[in-house]
Amino acid sequence: MRDYERYIRYRTFPTPWCPGCGDGIILKAIAMAFSELKIQPQDIVVVAGIGCSGRLPTFFNTNTLHTTHGRALTFATGIKLAKPDKTVVVISGDGDALAIGGNHLIHAARRNIGIKMILINNGIYGMTGGQVSPLTPQKFITETTPYGNIEPKFDTVNLLKASKASFVARETVNRPIPLKQVIKKSFQHKGFSVVEVISNCHINLGRKNNMKDPIAMSRWIADKTVTQAQFEKIPVQEQNTKYPVGIFVEDKERLEYTELYYKHIVPTTQAETIKANSTAKRQKK
Amino acid sequence: MKQRQVLQGNTIVAKAAIAAGCDFFAGYPITPSSEIAQFMSMEMPRLGYDFIQMEDEISSLGACIGASLAGKKAMTATSGPGFSLMQEHLGLAVMAEIPIVIVNVMRGGPSTGMPTKPSQSDIMQTRWGTHGDHPIIVVYPAFASQLFSETIRAFNLSEKFWNPVIILLDEVIAKAREDIALPRKKDLNIYWEKTKQIEDLNIYDREIGQNPPRVDFFKKYPIHIDSLEHDKHGWPTTDPKIVDKMQTLRMQKIYNYLDEIITHEEYYLDDAEIMVFSFGISARSSLAAVEMAREQGIKVGLFQALTIWPFPKLLLREKFKKIKKILVVEMNMGQTIYEIERTATDDVERQALLRANGVPFTPTEVLEAIKRFKK
Repeated sequence: MRDYERYIRYRTFPTPWCPGCGDGIILKAIAMAFSELKIQPQDIVVVAGIGCSGRLPTFFNTNTLHTTHGRALTFATGIKLAKPDKTVVVISGDGDALAIGGNHLIHAARRNIGIKMILINNGIYGMTGGQVSPLTPQKFITETTPYGNIEPKFDTVNLLKASKASFVARETVNRPIPLKQVIKKSFQHKGFSVVEVISNCHINLGRKNNMKDPIAMSRWIADKTVTQAQFEKIPVQEQNTKYPVGIFVEDKERLEYTELYYKHIVPTTQAETIKANSTAKRQKK
Repeated sequence: MKQRQVLQGNTIVAKAAIAAGCDFFAGYPITPSSEIAQFMSMEMPRLGYDFIQMEDEISSLGACIGASLAGKKAMTATSGPGFSLMQEHLGLAVMAEIPIVIVNVMRGGPSTGMPTKPSQSDIMQTRWGTHGDHPIIVVYPAFASQLFSETIRAFNLSEKFWNPVIILLDEVIAKAREDIALPRKKDLNIYWEKTKQIEDLNIYDREIGQNPPRVDFFKKYPIHIDSLEHDKHGWPTTDPKIVDKMQTLRMQKIYNYLDEIITHEEYYLDDAEIMVFSFGISARSSLAAVEMAREQGIKVGLFQALTIWPFPKLLLREKFKKIKKILVVEMNMGQTIYEIERTATDDVERQALLRANGVPFTPTEVLEAIKRFKK
């Protein structure tokens, strides 16, 4: 047994995902990051919302929590505040994190609470059968956009930048080694971190858009993947169709929320209380 | 010596929560419950406990559930509209069996309604407010001392039965400042469930009627908590036999212990011919009315429900053997009266005094209703 397998809960297999799904690659990348950082399974909690991504936690041999649609970050906030020294990982899909859970995402980023978020972007609501999501590319056919998607997709990186996120990165399932590296790096980051992972849903997105097998979908992702340097050279009107990868934001200076709370607020209030009590005693005398 | 103080209802509840061991509070501002969050934001950091103002009520309850799973005693406070937002997570807390206390300070509704006026219109919302079949415990204090004792009891019940418990409050009681003697710490009866060390995932493995054990994250054996219907390991399942058992387990852990859960106060009921059934602010008016009626020689008594859900059916049926007239006094368009209809035998005459215009009943109004009923 290789060391990362300690983090995988084999007894709950098989997984519910379609053959060729990118979620398995992400599962392994996260487990390998845990293993390389030598975090003990009992000190980790993996939280997820609803959807294909929501079923990921059950396969981690760590503490795991499957919650409601879009709200995984709220549960994680409670856990992190209660136990600041533990590793709290949130796994979310694009519909989960940016549609129903968009509010929680920007607020977690604003707070800079030390949650490690893996945002799996397959551009579709997979579990419910293929409806348009806030990250579905324009003109794509889905179950609820039979004449093509007319809405532009969110620019996740800039959305998070504007929300003051202190770590934002993007990778794709096509590149498992860089994926593992960037996840590992995000786990080492103190504040709120988001790694957007571009994944394939050939069943519910690809099938309707002439990419019905995982290979075709992987080729499409590879075609859209550019480095940040290449991205700069693309004309602005075409930028929305590409996925630049790498680390976009890494702010090590900004204090993490629980650190601020426990190292600044709590001691200050306690010192004030002690001072007030001793003044009251002196006045009594 | 007991310490006498003049405190706001909301503050009494917050103080009682801390006395009961509450060490996590997440909330979102909403009239008329905001003072609870304000008090907690002052006190919690001083004690080294957690306070966080979240981005909405949905996330407030989410954070509380997360903290509860991480071993904290968590509470949130809200009002009717906020409670509506919390309902999905309330269902999760029932499904995954997570102890949690929610304060709902009721205000005039529906919708934004009358935020600064009282009503008792969330009785049914607290009972049925979430999808799926679920057991729920709702306590409903009326007097200042009950605010303290019922809050303690709410925490104890949630801890013991691994279920969410709701504290219902009336706007006027939550906002009013009243004289109260806070009990000493050593006189309090606080229930602490010791975390059970488990060696496997089988956290829901128990017999029907048994109380569940407390299981937390970050212990020796990593556990799985699921919002999906699950088997004894917490692992998702749709096997009808297992689902049957889990549904029964969740219901029976409450319904097998009704004697322990249901409490009430009765006043002048021994020889009463008319029983007034009420709770919260209406019970306070009713009590004054009952005392006025007694002075005029009317044989009337008051049944004040302290636990409104599960409904005190058996207790009431016992009363109906002797008392054949019941007057329900509630500040809504008729909610509890339906539960009384289901409880009372055919020979019991029922009447209701209803109003939901933001003005509490005066004792005289209740007295007049009693007199009308007597004729």
